[in-house]
Amino acid sequence: MTALAHDRETLLAQGAPALLRQMIRVRRFEEKCVELYSATKIRGFLHLCIGEEAVAVGVISSLGPGDAVVSTYREHGHALARGVPMNAVMAEMFGKATGCSRGRGGSMHLFDADLRFYGGNAIVGGGMPPSVGMALADRMNDRDDVTACIFGEGAMAEGEFHESANLAALWHLPVLFVCENNRYAMGTALAREHAETDLTVRAASYGMVAWAVDGMDVLAVREAAERAIALVRGGGGPCFLELRTYRFRAHSMYDPDRYRDKAEIERWRQSDPIPRLTGELLAQGVVSDDEVATWEGEIAQEIEAAIASAEAAPLEPVSDLTRFVTSERQTP
Amino acid sequence: MSTMTIAKGINNGLRVAMEKDSRVVLMGEDIGKLGGVFRVTDGLQKDFGEDRVIDTPLAEAGIVGTAIGMALRGYRPVVEIQFDGFIYPAFDHIVSQVAKMRARSLGKVKLPMVIRIPVGGGIGAVEHHSESNEAYFAHTAGLKVVCCSNAEDAYWMIQQAIETDDPVLFYEPKRRYWDKAEVDETAAPRELFKAQVCREGTDATLVAYGPMVKTCLQAAEAAAGEGKNLEVIDLRSLSPLDMDVIAASVEKTGRMVVVHEASTFLGLGAEVAAEVQQRCFYHLEAPVLRVGGYNLPYPPSKLEEEFLPDLDRVLDAVDRSLAY
Ligand SMILES: Cc1ncc(C[n+]2csc(CCOP(=O)(O)OP(=O)(O)O)c2C)c(N)n1
Repeated sequence: MTALAHDRETLLAQGAPALLRQMIRVRRFEEKCVELYSATKIRGFLHLCIGEEAVAVGVISSLGPGDAVVSTYREHGHALARGVPMNAVMAEMFGKATGCSRGRGGSMHLFDADLRFYGGNAIVGGGMPPSVGMALADRMNDRDDVTACIFGEGAMAEGEFHESANLAALWHLPVLFVCENNRYAMGTALAREHAETDLTVRAASYGMVAWAVDGMDVLAVREAAERAIALVRGGGGPCFLELRTYRFRAHSMYDPDRYRDKAEIERWRQSDPIPRLTGELLAQGVVSDDEVATWEGEIAQEIEAAIASAEAAPLEPVSDLTRFVTSERQTP
Repeated sequence: MSTMTIAKGINNGLRVAMEKDSRVVLMGEDIGKLGGVFRVTDGLQKDFGEDRVIDTPLAEAGIVGTAIGMALRGYRPVVEIQFDGFIYPAFDHIVSQVAKMRARSLGKVKLPMVIRIPVGGGIGAVEHHSESNEAYFAHTAGLKVVCCSNAEDAYWMIQQAIETDDPVLFYEPKRRYWDKAEVDETAAPRELFKAQVCREGTDATLVAYGPMVKTCLQAAEAAAGEGKNLEVIDLRSLSPLDMDVIAASVEKTGRMVVVHEASTFLGLGAEVAAEVQQRCFYHLEAPVLRVGGYNLPYPPSKLEEEFLPDLDRVLDAVDRSLAY
């Protein structure tokens, strides 16, 4: 069980360096992925969370090991923060047999059932009703696990969101709805997607506690997530957190990004969660430049090792593709 | 005459349909400003305005359901689904409402709507982005299902689908979007729901549609080098199926191989084979063979080439048929 809500002061003094290191780790990993994509080592679709790391790291670090994470195709940060080993994530991106989904899933379908990481999912809204179901099962078994269901604001236009929110609230289930509001669903801006752009109003209308948080401030995210998780775990029913954030890069490597102003992107870059927290921690003397430099070195090594291991790994043999499709046991 | 890609062929066809008939309205996610993921609707919103090229929220069930209402009130909506794998939220509406409305109203209402779906693999995408799900819809009475394989058909078939008074699922072979061909915009188009013999031959018939037509034409070319003379048929329409053209060909060649990307298990090929053995039993020199995808989730991009039917698999089936 995670401890009850830390306030910002305690977080600054204690947990913040680890959060910062994790955000840097996710950022560097994805920056490397861009290069690997250009070199066609990674193929298919690639959705980056660059700019949104505070959400992944702040929310997922607040969960306990028994809690579940249900994610989207923009999930590299969620997977890394959840503890899926970088080697397994990188190999998956390469489509190699040592990947966390044997290379079958690729960037959008990282999966690790042992860590209760129920995957990236290329279907917008696809993870929502199953999250509700896991929470229903947990409540029926008197377990105090929480299911964190992560999605973008665009997904709230799909029917699944509304059905899931209603079910979770009606049955008072331990679901944490985590809305990564990065203001664009592919090329569609928030106001062109939703009649009511205050997403917390809509979530609250289903009968659950809902509030919005600065998603560019990992300490604020962490504080809010801890509070929300405590509420959900304590039997308070579902909770909805809107994390206001921004993706610095295009929707995917395919997207020409024609639909927003360069100036807008620049403005949001001013609140980049990584320099923001680094500055704060340096100013307070909680970390030093040397420490940050050491982390960068360690992270670069971890990434290089992950690439080397992915390069060396084999592809899944074609003949194995029939495996795991249905139960491998003979019918009794 | 102009040279155009399949994507541009559809784009031009949509433009002509919109110019001809103000009731034609396009709807879909990011089809306006962005021009769609594959840029098939590029430039249309700029020229026809936001009321005729409607950017919708992310809501496939809502979009298709809304198109039903529009069609009921006299519009001719054309819905774009971004990828084959994203059609399923709308499945309920397509199967339970779109397909049934005409019969339910005893023919009093019609649903002239088109649902455009980029289909199939070959672009290095994974599951949900590479599916061939046409059989689900071809299996449903009340729907028409077509699939273009070249720019000329793309240009004409989209216009004809829009003019059809029944709902049409319009499949676009996404890995062939950038294939070019000469299109004569003044020629008389072929009929929409008819198959086409696109290469004549006498030794065996290859039947395909969408992305596999090109593969089969290449296979026929390669086989010609070895003295085998293959006929290639492009189905074009998957429902209704134009069995007359197929039967005539099989009566001539006596052998047939059906090729598609979708899994052979309960795929279009199964239906074609069953019909052919009923209609052409005494003409057949060999069992009808099928070449298709495996009955498995779509594989990672690096194994895609192993998964998708290719020239070798088609030629292997032809050899087996000829050797029978
Ligand atoms: C059912 C379905 N429809 C459409 C898509 C195509 N698509 C993928 S991501 C996306 C935008 C989603 O936006 P949002 O939910 O805000 O998440 P973000 O990508 O911004 O993280 C769209 C339209 C899809 N993957 N699944």
